[in-house]
Amino acid sequence: MIEQFAEKIFITVLALTKPDGSIVPLRILWEDGRRWDIDRVLDVRPGVARKAGGEGIRFLCRISGHEKELWFSHGRWFVEGKSTQN
Amino acid sequence: MARVILHSDANSFYASCELVYRPALRGLPMAVCGSTEERHGIVLTATREAKARGVRTAMVNWEARRTCPELIIVPPDYPLYIYFSKRLREMYDSYTDRVEPFGLDECWLDISGPTTTMNDGVRLAAELRRRAKEELGITLSVGVSWNKPYAKLGSDMKKPDATVLLSRDNYRQAVFPCPAEDMIGVGYRTGAKLRSRAIHTLGDLAACPPEYMQKWLGKIGVILQRYAAGDDTSPVMPSGMETVVKSVGNSITAPKDMLTLEDVHCVMFIVAESVAARLREMGMRGRCISLGVRSADMHCFSAQNTVDFNTAQAEDIVSTATEIFTKKGYANILPLRSLGVSVTSLESDKRPVQMDLLGSALRREKSNAASRAVDDIRRRFGARAIERGIALLDADYNAINPKEDHVIHPLGFLRS
Repeated sequence: MIEQFAEKIFITVLALTKPDGSIVPLRILWEDGRRWDIDRVLDVRPGVARKAGGEGIRFLCRISGHEKELWFSHGRWFVEGKSTQN
Repeated sequence: MARVILHSDANSFYASCELVYRPALRGLPMAVCGSTEERHGIVLTATREAKARGVRTAMVNWEARRTCPELIIVPPDYPLYIYFSKRLREMYDSYTDRVEPFGLDECWLDISGPTTTMNDGVRLAAELRRRAKEELGITLSVGVSWNKPYAKLGSDMKKPDATVLLSRDNYRQAVFPCPAEDMIGVGYRTGAKLRSRAIHTLGDLAACPPEYMQKWLGKIGVILQRYAAGDDTSPVMPSGMETVVKSVGNSITAPKDMLTLEDVHCVMFIVAESVAARLREMGMRGRCISLGVRSADMHCFSAQNTVDFNTAQAEDIVSTATEIFTKKGYANILPLRSLGVSVTSLESDKRPVQMDLLGSALRREKSNAASRAVDDIRRRFGARAIERGIALLDADYNAINPKEDHVIHPLGFLRS
């Protein structure tokens, strides 16, 4: 099995916290000023980031037609960068 | 109603937790080791790749490096392991309220119910394994059986990420040929004892008449025979009923070998002080004091002594430990590498104390008050704010901070 690795990128996320404590990410603010709206959260469950390392609550989101995973872990948000093979 | 008990064991737990956060090390021989500088350096957990190259748990660092030169050594991160352990525990708790932890990485789960079958146990085992892998990135070995010792045995049989069912239909074939040492509670010593009477396998042990075991090994013998035969009926403790603390102890490997009695005395005070402080913090005191020493050539000795009053005082612990040290002639095995003391037969320090005519109970009460004052000073101004004169004799020993770097060990399983 070829292992894939990726950079772990901590990001700024605009999110909504509901009265029941659940969190809905709304928008990603990239460091260079770009921003993406999260169209829809497709799945929320605890999960591992196999490629970048780490675990937390994994949000599977649709962002302008693409599916993208976000992790909320120990109070911070991160995504996996581009994969590289080892 | 037949019981359905699972024992879940996280494979190479410390190493697995590290790998979740260090994916680049996956597939490489890696070991979590105590730090080399302070000579605590032993292998705590090794990955499968490291084990395949001959690295074993409890090997000294240099030994592991010699066995496997490409070994990657990672220092332990206990808060991370405790976090993972908690997450696992939450997962188990979502299925049953009878979850009994055994150390950080093992748990028994009892899912017995009016309609539960062994198949339900196997199904749950598969679900636990899937969830642990997906949600936490660690693998589990799960044993399913109708009693705790067999469930534990099952979880040890296949690694990693496996389920082993030991049911009434297959246990004779699966359990009985195993060496007696595989059973929880049978260690190296007991194993040798059993072998001396031609008890080699669990089948041999199971076939022993209980009366014979009672005569030979006492209560423990009967317990072990029951374990082996699958007759153990001890319950899985409900969550939140964790065993109360039965002993408080600490041991340290000194930064340099203890050569003289003075060195020993100094280290003993440092260890005893940390034990006494923890006892007071927990509101406990105890009367049975044990001393364990390890010589520079790795021989271990230990002995205990019961005093006729309960104490949480470093002075009392040291004087009893010194008594043991002298009586047992441990001075003959100097230099010493490590030393530990522990206090058992604990009781709450809220219990009234029987006064005596000679006033020694009164004196103890006074020194208790002094210790509490010292605790308070340390709490407010730091551990170094007030120290014992003896600790100043040697700067190397004084650098030890035993109270903060304590290690987590599973509780003993055999309880009388």
